[in-house]
Amino acid sequence: MAPKQRTPKVTRNPDLIRGIGKYSRSKMYHKRGLWAIKAKNGGVFPCHEKKPAADAPAVKPPKFYPADDVKKPLVNKRKPKPTKLRASITPGTVLIILAGRFKGKRVVFLKQLSSGLLLVTGPFKINGVPLRRVNQSYVIGTSTKIDISGVNVDKFDDKYFAKEVQKKKTKGEGEFFEAEKEDKNVLPQEKKEDQKAVDTPLVNCIDKIADLKTYLAARFSLKQGMKPHELVF
Amino acid sequence: MVKGRQGERIRLYVRGTVLGYKRSKSNQYPNTSLIQIEGVNTKEEVAWYAGKRLAYIYKAKVKTNGSHYRCIWGKVSRPHGNSGVVRAKFTSNLPPKSMGARVRVFIYPSNI
Repeated sequence: MAPKQRTPKVTRNPDLIRGIGKYSRSKMYHKRGLWAIKAKNGGVFPCHEKKPAADAPAVKPPKFYPADDVKKPLVNKRKPKPTKLRASITPGTVLIILAGRFKGKRVVFLKQLSSGLLLVTGPFKINGVPLRRVNQSYVIGTSTKIDISGVNVDKFDDKYFAKEVQKKKTKGEGEFFEAEKEDKNVLPQEKKEDQKAVDTPLVNCIDKIADLKTYLAARFSLKQGMKPHELVF
Repeated sequence: MVKGRQGERIRLYVRGTVLGYKRSKSNQYPNTSLIQIEGVNTKEEVAWYAGKRLAYIYKAKVKTNGSHYRCIWGKVSRPHGNSGVVRAKFTSNLPPKSMGARVRVFIYPSNI
């Protein structure tokens, strides 16, 4: 059912000053035409039939009354908005990662995920950075842009990057020392294929632009005399 | 620190020096330190560095968390005077032996 279109309520009683209307109660009664509605209805104001009150189910007196009155916390309906993406960061921008394992690496930005983190890829063949999430504050957006229209990034979201849930290990005495050496971080084949699927169109675009491949393979570093507050990225 | 990376040394921080604590002539307030950032000489240039993270790194005899190096993190809070000196607050106050010592001014949280 479509919601009723409500026209905003217009008062027929303009304010002279805040709190004081131009027309008196009796004048307003006349203006609103309540006399006409009453006349149409035979001298009485029309009203609905009262709905029969539903029988409230019989409530037993509770067995337990808590000793102190406990305050209920207020309801919080706030939904945080996704982080605002800086104007300098658009899909296809080359970013410089400032911290973490891949600090200094120049990397291609793919899209912003629903958590606000940025989805980024090396491409892996060029600089060893896989499909990865990065926080916007730890990244510099450069003015170099690559065309990533050939890449489909729809299937990636935060759940793709969630950690594998560790199965609960029941420790038997004998197995205690052996069972610890389970498979360590074998990257599942489908993730490798996802990486290839994203990277191949990118690498094709990158090869077409002169020097871009070596640029992405090289790392950024501050040198002698470089002042970040004066650099244009 | 990944052991594998031995060759490339990249510097993604600006060098800074600890000048001392915020002070008046005869009283000092150790909760705020004064930092001189290399290459920053006016209070307008400091605006770019506001909020950036700082690290004071020092060595100790005992290994904690697998390393002899320890770190006190901090942030650039505001300019101090007109000539590019900066006030900084650290998670714990800097020790007095840090005066004159090196501090790393990182480029993150970045706004570029």
